[in-house]
Amino acid sequence: MSEKILLRHEDVDNLRQLSVYEQDGGYATARRVLTEMKAEQVIEEVKASGLRGRGGAGFPTGMKWGFLPKDNPKPRYLLINADESEPGTFKDRQIIEHNPHLLLESILLSAFAIQSHKAYIYIRGEFAHGANVLIEAVQEAERAGHFGENIYGSGFDLDVVVHRGAGAYICGEETGLIESLEGKRAYPRVKPPFPAVYGVFGAPTIVNNVETLSCVRPILERGAAWFKEIGPEKSPGPKLYCVSGHVEKPGVFELPMGTPLRELIYDHCGGIRGGKQLKAVIPGGSSVPVLTADEIDINMDFESVSAAGSLMGSCGVIVMDEDTCMVRALRIIARFYHHESCGQCTPCREGTGWLERLMIGLEEGGATDRDLDLLLQISDNMMGNTVCVLADAAAMPTKSFVTKFRSEFEEHLRLGGCPQRLAATGASAVGA
Amino acid sequence: MPTLVIDGQEITVEEGTNLVQAAEQLGNEVPHYCYHPGLTVAGNCRMCLVEIEKMPKLQIACNTKATDGMVVHTKSEKVLHAREAVLEFLLINHPIDCPICDQAGECKLQDYYMDHDRQESRIPLQSKVHKGKAIDIGPMIMLDQERCILCTRCTRFLDEVTGTNELGIFQRGNHSRIDLFPGIELDNPYSGNVADICPVGALTNKDFRFRARVWYLERTPSVCPGCATGCNIDIHHRRDEMFRFRPRHNPEVNSYWMCDEGRLTYKRYQGEGRLLQPVRRSGENWQPTTWDETMSQLGNLLSGGTKVAAIVSAQATNEEIHLLNLVTSSNDAQLAGHAWSPADATRDDYLIDADKNPNSAGLRAQGLDPSEGRAVIDAALAGEVSVLLLWRTDLSQLCSDEELDQLGERLEHIVSIDTHYTKSGEIADLMLPIASFAETEGSFTNRKDRVQSLAAALRPPGQARSGWEVLASLSGEPALDSAADVFAHLAQSLDSFRGLSSADLGATGQPLASAE
Repeated sequence: MSEKILLRHEDVDNLRQLSVYEQDGGYATARRVLTEMKAEQVIEEVKASGLRGRGGAGFPTGMKWGFLPKDNPKPRYLLINADESEPGTFKDRQIIEHNPHLLLESILLSAFAIQSHKAYIYIRGEFAHGANVLIEAVQEAERAGHFGENIYGSGFDLDVVVHRGAGAYICGEETGLIESLEGKRAYPRVKPPFPAVYGVFGAPTIVNNVETLSCVRPILERGAAWFKEIGPEKSPGPKLYCVSGHVEKPGVFELPMGTPLRELIYDHCGGIRGGKQLKAVIPGGSSVPVLTADEIDINMDFESVSAAGSLMGSCGVIVMDEDTCMVRALRIIARFYHHESCGQCTPCREGTGWLERLMIGLEEGGATDRDLDLLLQISDNMMGNTVCVLADAAAMPTKSFVTKFRSEFEEHLRLGGCPQRLAATGASAVGA
Repeated sequence: MPTLVIDGQEITVEEGTNLVQAAEQLGNEVPHYCYHPGLTVAGNCRMCLVEIEKMPKLQIACNTKATDGMVVHTKSEKVLHAREAVLEFLLINHPIDCPICDQAGECKLQDYYMDHDRQESRIPLQSKVHKGKAIDIGPMIMLDQERCILCTRCTRFLDEVTGTNELGIFQRGNHSRIDLFPGIELDNPYSGNVADICPVGALTNKDFRFRARVWYLERTPSVCPGCATGCNIDIHHRRDEMFRFRPRHNPEVNSYWMCDEGRLTYKRYQGEGRLLQPVRRSGENWQPTTWDETMSQLGNLLSGGTKVAAIVSAQATNEEIHLLNLVTSSNDAQLAGHAWSPADATRDDYLIDADKNPNSAGLRAQGLDPSEGRAVIDAALAGEVSVLLLWRTDLSQLCSDEELDQLGERLEHIVSIDTHYTKSGEIADLMLPIASFAETEGSFTNRKDRVQSLAAALRPPGQARSGWEVLASLSGEPALDSAADVFAHLAQSLDSFRGLSSADLGATGQPLASAE
């Protein structure tokens, strides 16, 4: 697929500006849909496209929209999750900073589809530049009549608000995001009820990821059939791949869903940096199980990655070469989840800290023989037992790292610390 | 009404019942910390995880509504393992300072550890996270952040019940802690409840802490005497001493709560100022006397043909009021009701009533106007009364010091029958000690005309006797051998009480026949 859809700004200069975006055909789809189509038809088109959520869970977008209750007298809200904070993930940022009107036009279409008159873009606090770009783009679009009252004479009203978070990973969890938007501490809500029934301010709410929503305009412009042609049948569409770590050319790549992971690393990213050997790949952001170098012959779509024992997640591909200390890598991941656990549920609040504590012991010395099994047991006790999946996000990498790279962990245990560190400081191994 | 199976037992429950409640109806406790029936569901402690057939993951019982055909296991291997794991998580950063913790004995961490965990610690002591200890957060409450399990019962109570929101959660992960928002303290009129609902030793009541180990305390159900609301309570006591009141659930009256003012009223009845034996005046001094002598003297005064008036306050029980009605009417004496509250009495739209008497409604239900007391004083000042009988009545509430002196001069006899020595004692010539609300059987009628039982939690101090007992013997009525007998007599005599019996009142009371 040579034509860029989501990253069209790579082909068209200054696409961020409304005039350029309009010249490129922008907002024509919205104008046509709002004046010629019914809301239900838009939902049907999105359903037919097979679009699945790009935020991590891969839930069918059209089906999610269909969960909105028909008879609830409260207003409906569209919430755009731009709290992109999964380590290794930086795709939404590309759209926000460089192609904001694609997102905004898609928001207009989606809000029309679900008949919501207020859309909130919740953007993570660290995306200061992105927030400014969005605010400017919203104002531009408003002045041009793409937002506001009676848009294109269709009778449809839409107000879009850009809301900045304060920098917490948990705000990316949709109900944590809702709480935060309401001005409260971002404790994810117990479900049921789900946001479609009881969301922001207690009203029916649809929460969609930036990349997911950005597919809506292309779907309505070119049709569900076109979209479904791209990639595998069950996970169709263009996809943004974020590749970081030890590759020659890291970055964000727009390729069809289902692109082989090996092709992504060795063709699009130019292979492992410095001609080294590959050791491991995290395919979907730091929270998913790690793959060994032998496990990368898979296609990058929801089904295939799951079948390989990991998850597509947010498609944050983290590549690690032969020199990577897997204990140190897991320690960094454990530190992140300990730092970001909101502290609401017991297993996550206490478990994430415990995992990090054990990882520090392994890396710096002080670990005991039972600690490897303890890491696995704590992970098991955390998984599936909390309000949201942050506990699983800490447990899954832990289990896979310890299981797949156990000999490295055992070596750390035997030496009383990290061999690389001991070698660097010239310290002799314990017991040697 | 869904029918479901819990641990092999079938049960049909009301629509909307959650699995904690449904299991409870089968006498099966699903252990929990954050769930409290008086608050919204938080679902954070993860202690109540249960297995539901056809659901892949364990579910929290508190947020799962019973549905038809559901098959629930609360004691399966998977559930027991999850419970053990949650307890281990809860304890890894807990200080385990039970020997010096005031919650010991009523701590859910202790109880559930013994029931469901009992494993050795797998974390070195020195690696625990440390937080604030013994933080004074308000007039009634102390906070220990390390003992806290962050169940958020306290913050939900302060959000949902009082709406005052003094406490919040600060920081994240295992550094999370409950604390005051800056610049305020926890001083709302219901603050004591947060210590009651705290399942661990994080929030303790300053008035109670370190005064008694809870396993030494007995509990007797009763009614708060602090105001006309009549919040249901348990009196926690030992060796005829009260240690604290705890609110007792009554959906018709006080839900699960009580106010701080009421919570501390027990202090009034402890020792200081209590009358311990019958005494009669001998010049400037008091001379001890016996009940026998006193009772015959009282009988003579009542039937002596002189003009007798009596005042009964709304501190009296329904039984005492009934017997006073009998005694005064058979002796052709006048009886007036009296209810006094301080001018600055607190009140709100919830539980705190401006009428600081527990039984004003009881006076009214028996035909006595609680504001008639002053008329009797006026009559006495005008020389129309020669004997004045004061039942739980402090004259300082009814007249000035000058008037008090005049009464002393004009009246032939003044008898004060009360729990305490009051201003009435300055001019009385006979004082008789009677039992407090906590020392007698009986009942109060609350502001919504609900009749609620009192039980004798303690023995009366010294020679003090139950009020009904004193009056029953004066009445000359046969077969009034218990407060229940007196209540039965009352129910036969008065339409408003008809159909009620002490046994029927149960733990949470019954409305008067005249109540809506």
